[in-house]
Amino acid sequence: GSWSRLAAQQRLTQSDLIGTSGPGTLTVIHVTDIHAQTVPLWFREPEVNLGVGDAVGRPPHLTGAAFRAEFGIEKGSALDYALTYEDFVALGRTYGRMGGLDRIATVVKAIRAERPDALLLDGGDTWQGSLPALKTQGADMVKLFRALGTNAMTSHFEFTLGIDRVTEIVENELGFPFLAANAYDTTWDEPAYPAFELFERAGTKVAVIGQAFPYLPIANPKWLFPDLSFGIRKDRLASVVDEVRAGGAEVVILLSHNGFDVDRKIAADVPGIDVILTGHTHDAIPEPVQVGQTFLIASGSHGKFVSRVDIDVDGGAMKGLTHRLIPIFSDVIAPDPEMAALVEETRAPFKAEMSEVLGKADGLLYRRGNFNGTWDDLICDALLTERDAEIALSPGFRWGSSVMPGEDITREHVFNATAMSYPQAYRTEMTGETLKTVLEDVADNLFNQDPYYQQGGDMVRVGGMGYRIDIHAKIGARLSDMTLLSTGEAIDPTRSYVVAGWASVNEGTEGPPIWDVVEAHIRNKGTVSPSPNTSVVVAG
Amino acid sequence: ALGATAAALVLPQAARAAIDEAVAAFTGGAEIGSEGITLTAPEIAENGNTVPIEVDAPGAVSIIVLAGGNPSPGVVTFNFGPLAAEQRASTRIRLATTQDVHAIAKLADGRFVQTSSEVKVTIGGCGG
Amino acid sequence: MAENVTPRVRVPKTAKAGEAVTIKSLISHTMESGQRRDKDGNLVPRSIINRFTADFNGTNVIDVTIEPAVSTNPYFEFQATVPESGAFAFTWYDDDGSVYKENVEITVA
Ligand SMILES: [Mn+2]
Ligand SMILES: [Mn+2]
Repeated sequence: GSWSRLAAQQRLTQSDLIGTSGPGTLTVIHVTDIHAQTVPLWFREPEVNLGVGDAVGRPPHLTGAAFRAEFGIEKGSALDYALTYEDFVALGRTYGRMGGLDRIATVVKAIRAERPDALLLDGGDTWQGSLPALKTQGADMVKLFRALGTNAMTSHFEFTLGIDRVTEIVENELGFPFLAANAYDTTWDEPAYPAFELFERAGTKVAVIGQAFPYLPIANPKWLFPDLSFGIRKDRLASVVDEVRAGGAEVVILLSHNGFDVDRKIAADVPGIDVILTGHTHDAIPEPVQVGQTFLIASGSHGKFVSRVDIDVDGGAMKGLTHRLIPIFSDVIAPDPEMAALVEETRAPFKAEMSEVLGKADGLLYRRGNFNGTWDDLICDALLTERDAEIALSPGFRWGSSVMPGEDITREHVFNATAMSYPQAYRTEMTGETLKTVLEDVADNLFNQDPYYQQGGDMVRVGGMGYRIDIHAKIGARLSDMTLLSTGEAIDPTRSYVVAGWASVNEGTEGPPIWDVVEAHIRNKGTVSPSPNTSVVVAG
Repeated sequence: ALGATAAALVLPQAARAAIDEAVAAFTGGAEIGSEGITLTAPEIAENGNTVPIEVDAPGAVSIIVLAGGNPSPGVVTFNFGPLAAEQRASTRIRLATTQDVHAIAKLADGRFVQTSSEVKVTIGGCGG
Repeated sequence: MAENVTPRVRVPKTAKAGEAVTIKSLISHTMESGQRRDKDGNLVPRSIINRFTADFNGTNVIDVTIEPAVSTNPYFEFQATVPESGAFAFTWYDDDGSVYKENVEITVA
């Protein structure tokens, strides 16, 4: 109730959240995967986040009680709410929404008041994920991140705006370096973007190397950026590290969109990187993860957190660092008035459209997790019903805000879960065998034992069909017991099924945009009642 | 790319035999070592129709590249002349399915060395 | 003769004597593998670039034997030693008997 909320919030203060500096004088601020979320939101962290191979049971593959135990977090505390999934609704009512670029601006300004030289680095997935970002082709986010004083960024979903738009932004609108050591042109195999930027801050030469999402042409439609090739390219990364060290860099930071497990392996494979600011897999980890002499920092997503890293430099090398994962409790951190006005300005043209109420949720809608969340189930139900299909497939995206029980579902909510540039809701036929192949392929891109083969999405979400999965098995052997839920019969490899889905990476995919499909479905239902999904059984 | 074709994952016996035959044709049945040759290929092909590879075998006379998961295993043979500054070359190749790509070098002293690298050809889609 | 076959190369304009230079070559060509079927189900006949050579002042740098598994628009990158000023001669051999040539001069300073 309101009393407990007040009490909880009184225990939190803005200055406590932001904290003070560590012994180091080189300060770096990291935000990543904000997915165009500019105002405070609800965002439930995953309940299921399974690791494979060396990553089993290690951060970030810990959830709930195991997460609390690893980091000494008290059950029911503010950090428990921010970092785990349990009691999300009750704790949300206590601690309130998180994020908001105006609150982030307050934090950035407070840090820079103390450390004017602090670098602000953005890990990407910034220009996509909301209705305004979609309609302005990322212009709103570019403007806001300029105003925030961003010093460099790297990228992933940025490229789904199409190469012409990316080029226009990078050349004319961005105003700070767009870094990608691993982006090459496909014709002559030459670097497509600067690999690094050398800064001189707090008397220290610091190199920031960018690493864009390695699997862009596989996980996203390559026809949107046909002349670009990515990949991990660890040898290239190693040579860039050598180059910046030779150029006098005392501290080397990798601003990465590799995903956490890929970066953990990079830290072991590529010597000479002091700090990896990781992104893409949306993990929020309250402490640095050390691999050899490299520290990995994971700063969450959707504006829920800002990382502050104070690096102690002595004799031309990093001696140590302190890290603070600052949770952006929107009721505790005061909005920065200038940024609040700017956010308001970018949202104003779309406000009426976004605020339209489509229906109501009588349970929590969320997406994050290795398998279906309730938002995914709602999207799959919409595909099954509105597109008259037997089976629905929805991509394992990790972005989108949660909707609280009893809350109105607005058009903004739907766009937060669906806004991207290849939204066509297709309807096609697939044999049972093809369905199995597709699911096995996606599962191997998620659960491969070798992180370099992991693309860091979550498992494709399925409606109308159940299955059993052994994540530790090899490709082709993970899935079993595929069942058509409407009849209870086993999926027949030779039979054709009507399948509806969206976000196909194939050029020329046809169908209405997914947000129209979901909106129609919510309007028809009036009230959406999410229930636990029991049709996917995780074995092993 | 939901709806793409399936990937064959176990190399059929016939393909294995075709690889062995191509290797034997190149080496004349000589012993093959494993040091001194590098094959660089992506972990996952961005496009199975154009997969960048690089082979490097210092001191090699020639390097052959084979892909047993393709309809026929031969891919390319690099023969290095007197003005090759390094015995290293790059090209782009077609891979029908997930498979090991093999590179075998004939060295100046007549020895052979080989290496291989698995390249995954995936349907893709559904990233985060 | 195949249509729209255009060779392109990247060679530095200058080099130091004995220096290794990176050469990149590309030729636009469909590289019809001979394994593809047209819409009527008939095999499309093989038509590829089957050999590529690079020479400098008459001495060979690289001689490449090409199979249908090399991609459309065959690309090769390699390292050449340049002992003196002169010209690279690049030659591509097509299944249909066509031969495409490109010469590029380089100055040793
Ligand atoms: Mn993201
Ligand atoms: Mn991403």
